[in-house]
Formats: sequence, C-alpha cells, structure tokens
Amino acid sequence: MAEFIKFDRITKFYGPLCVVENLDLSIAKGEFVSLLGPSGSGKTTLLMMLAGFEQATSGKILLDGAAINDVPTHKRDMGVVFQSYALFPHMTVGENIAFPLQMRGIDKAETAARVKQALDMVQLSALADRRPSQLSGGQQQRVALARALVFEPRVVLMDEPLGALDKQLREQMQLDIRDLHRRLGLTIVFVTHDQSEALTMSDRVAVFNKGKIEQIGTPREVYDEPATRFVAEFIGETNLVEGVVEAIDGREATVRLPNGAHIVSAVSAGVAAGQPVYLSIRPERIDLAEARGEARNVLETEVTDSVYQGDHLRVQLQNDAHPLIAKLGRRSREFAPGTKVFAAFSAGDCRVIAP
Amino acid sequence: MPMKIAKFTFALLTILFLVAPLIAILPLAFTSSVILTYPIPSWSLRWFEELFFADAWRRAIINSLIIGAGTTLLATVLGTAASLGLRNRLFFFRGSMRTLFLLPMVVPAVVLGVGMQVLLARFGLINSYAGVIIAHTVVAVPFVVVSVTGALAGIDERVELAAQSLGAPPVTVFRRVTLPLAMPGVLSGAVLAFATSLDEVVLTLFVAGPNQRTLARQMFSSIRENISPAIAAAAFLFIAATILIGLAVVLSRSMLAKRTRPAAS
Repeated sequence: MAEFIKFDRITKFYGPLCVVENLDLSIAKGEFVSLLGPSGSGKTTLLMMLAGFEQATSGKILLDGAAINDVPTHKRDMGVVFQSYALFPHMTVGENIAFPLQMRGIDKAETAARVKQALDMVQLSALADRRPSQLSGGQQQRVALARALVFEPRVVLMDEPLGALDKQLREQMQLDIRDLHRRLGLTIVFVTHDQSEALTMSDRVAVFNKGKIEQIGTPREVYDEPATRFVAEFIGETNLVEGVVEAIDGREATVRLPNGAHIVSAVSAGVAAGQPVYLSIRPERIDLAEARGEARNVLETEVTDSVYQGDHLRVQLQNDAHPLIAKLGRRSREFAPGTKVFAAFSAGDCRVIAP
Repeated sequence: MPMKIAKFTFALLTILFLVAPLIAILPLAFTSSVILTYPIPSWSLRWFEELFFADAWRRAIINSLIIGAGTTLLATVLGTAASLGLRNRLFFFRGSMRTLFLLPMVVPAVVLGVGMQVLLARFGLINSYAGVIIAHTVVAVPFVVVSVTGALAGIDERVELAAQSLGAPPVTVFRRVTLPLAMPGVLSGAVLAFATSLDEVVLTLFVAGPNQRTLARQMFSSIRENISPAIAAAAFLFIAATILIGLAVVLSRSMLAKRTRPAAS
C-alpha cells in the first residue's frame, strides 16, 4: 500500500498524561480512514497533530514522504471540518468559501467561479449572501464542507463533523460525504465516536483505545473479526462468554465453557491451547429453535425476556453458565419467557479473543 | 401590588439620587447671571460663548481632545495587545498577570500621581503632552483590557484554527478573523479610555504643566478661583459628549453584534 500519510511512532503527552502512545498508522492516497474510539482515546489529538494544531511529543508525521512536524498549519494544505462548523460569523457564506482561495492569491474571477461551483456541489447556491447565523445546522456544516474542499486540499480532516446534527440529517450527510469522497478521489481522515458512522463511510476503520490503535481494518474486518475484547464490545453489540481453549486446529479452536459445553470458533494467531479466552458471539448471528438442530454450536438456554423492537426481536437468554442476547429477524416467531430453546450458531459466527 | 409600587418608588429614588447633581448643575449652564447660583434670572448662551472664545477655556478643550485622542490610541493598542497575550494558554501566571494589568484601577490616583511625577521628571517628560498621555494611558489600559478580554473570550478558538488550516498565516488570522470578531470589545475599550482621559484630574495635577491644562483640570481650578457659570457650561459639554459617545458605541456595537453573532448551532 502506498503511504500517503504516515504516523511514525507518534507519542503525545499533555503534562504527565499520555494521550497518544507510540502510534503507527499509514493512510493511502484516496483512502477514507475513520479514527473510531471513545472520548479521550487520542483520536482527536492525532487529527489535531496531523492538522498542525498540536505538536507531537515524539515521532514523525510524513505527508507524501516528507516530514511535516515543523510545517505550520497554514502551509499544510489540509481542509479541516469541525463539529462546531467553525464558520467565520462575520462573513457571508460566499466570503467564507472564498477565504481559502484568497489566501492562495487566486484572482477574483476564478475565485467567484470556484465558490459558485463549491456551492453547487453542496446544493446551497441560493444562500451565498446569507450569514452563517441565518443557516440551519445542516446547512452550516455543508458550507464548512464546501470551504474545506474548495481549495482542493491534499487531505481532508473531519473532527466529528456530524455530531451536532440530528439522526436523519446525519445519515443523509454520511452518504453525501461518502459520495464526494468517491467522486473527487479525496483522502479523508474522519474522527468519530459513532461506530455505525465509521462502518458506513470508511474504507478502513482504526479503533482507538487509551492512546493506541487496538485494531485497524475494513469495516467488515473490525466487525466480524474483532482482535480484542475492546473492539468486540465497542463496535456493535456482542455476547462475551468466558472459556478455556482445549484444542486448536488451523483457523478453528475448540473452547470449553465453564459449564462443560464445547464451542467451535474461528480463531486468529496468538492463541494457544489451555489459555483462558473470551468468545465473542454477535447477537444477530444466533438462531433460536426448540429442537436441537444441525448447527455446529448449540447451547441449551432459557428465554428470560423478549422485546419487540420494530426491525428485530431482541431475546434475552440464560443458561447455567452465562447470559446471552439474540437478535432475531422480524419474521421470527415470539418466544415467551421461560421457554427452553437451543441457541445455534456456526463456527464462523463467533471469534476467540485473547483476554 | 403594594410591593410593586414600593420597588418602583425605590428604583425612582435611586435614579434621582444618581442624577440629582446633574439636574442641579445643568440649568445653570444657561444662566445670564455671572455667579453660579440659583435662581436663574434669565436664559442665555453667554457662558458657552465664554467657553469657546475665552482663551483659557478654548485651550483646555483643545488640550482635552489632544490628550484624549493620544490616550485612546495608545491605551487601545496596548490594552488589546495585552488581552491577546493573556489569551495564550501556555502562559504561566496568567491570572496574576491579568490582576497586574488591572492594578491601576484600584491603586489610589494620588499614589500613582506622585510616582508618575518622579518618573516622568527623570525622563524629562514632565509638563509635556507625551507625559500627560502616558499618565492617562496607565489608568485607561485596564478598561481596555477588561473590555477586550471579554470580547476575545467569546470567540470560538476553532474559528481561528479553521482560518489557519485554510491557509491564513498568523498575522492574517488576526487581521481577518480575530480582530473583526473582537471589534465590539476594542471599540468600547477605546471609548472607555477616552472617557477616562477626559475625566482624569488627579494625575493631570501632578504631571501636566500650564500648557497641558485639560478641561477637567480647568474646571477644577476655576471653581476655586471664581465660581463662574462657565463651569456649568463645561459640565454640560461633558455630559453631552459622553451621551453622544455612549450612543455611538451602543449603535456600533449592535451593528457589529448583528454581523458577528456566533453561528447558531
């Protein structure tokens, strides 16, 4: 993979507090990478260092092969979109978008043409003479987006840009940004704490925890093959069941649960027989039946509660060892509390995670 | 209801208490008598004529304007620069530093005056316009600092970061973003500085020579020498100017505020 942006052993301290620890990350040209994590995990700090607002305590940041640690922000040529929009309140929408072009000494005629083009792109042509305070949140964010893109920056950085918008608008903007990314071939680094947003938009997702990247991969990889307990729990909902590895056979492991049941599960390298581990089983991968079926993994359980949630049925289960949650499709039948059921899933639907 | 009336009466009495001296002096500006007392025999503008054509008074008005303008300029520049510096997060002792800037507000003017006289004498600035402007600036800067610091605190730091990321070097960020957004605060700081200079007597007594006699100083001395109604006319001028400036500030502030109102989120 061509390295367009490269973080090379980046560490950042705020006083005695380490917010980013010895972090490596490479991003290719034209890639959409999300930095996903809870607040305080270092994702925004990393973005701020890339923008030049913060200095790394140690380590190097490379852009297109050249170290940019000492390049001031205004020479980095990166468009930044903030959650708070950060529009210039004393300028009109058009003046806001013209600002980066003026900074680059582009002449008036071309500036006007490009501002118009940018406004068209975000469908706000009619509002060029308004002030930011006269726009709705979604419109303001589209202006901020146009302003960050109009000068064709080398990289676009977004710091939770959709966090202040309501759900429907947020989902529309997610698709809009994804579409712009594809159409314009932008390199985008996107910070978010919303896992569904990261999965929806990104080519790759880097999951942050306590200043480190726990896992980086395609949305499918981080969801289906979580490498750590943190990733499994942070992205989507999961059932974590404790057990001990009995045997490993290639990419499959047999895990014994405390109650003696055995589960065959997919496993990655780094796990040995005899090791205590967690099993991560996604609730939507579990089928419930009253008869023991043909599936490789079957757990005997009892329904404790069942909640209808519109698009799915959420069933809480309990057996003598652990609770379990299953999400069933809306066509599933209801299960009354107290019903004895078999929870079935294949080996590929669960993962062994080293604790 | 009686409570409401009581509150209203109390408010009215308080206002009366505050403006009574003005009510007492202002009509006397239009007296035709040569002494500063009631009753007023007949109405006349002779004391305004005196104010504008008598040498001592005319000189004093011009001096006040020169010194006021110099003080406003110097105090606004210094106070704004100080406020910008105090904004720096990396700055240790930020709190104590700010207090230091505000000190001239609470230090007795007499103490400042004595110190100022000793100091300015040493630099040969005593009895000069520069000396008076410097002295007035010292007491005017705190007003600018308070006003501009308040305005700067209302600016979203990310707006400035955004400007940087869009290619603006620090000086341009200041010129195109920070300063326009802080302008209401800078303006009211400037007006307060001018008002402070206009009003200042104690420091002026210590450092000004006969050639830098300001309007306030002239009023102060003439009330001891001869109690002429010209003082009342000067007071009228003072109040009219203050009201005009105040109106100008209110208007310009509200216009700027409309322009720079932070984006609703």
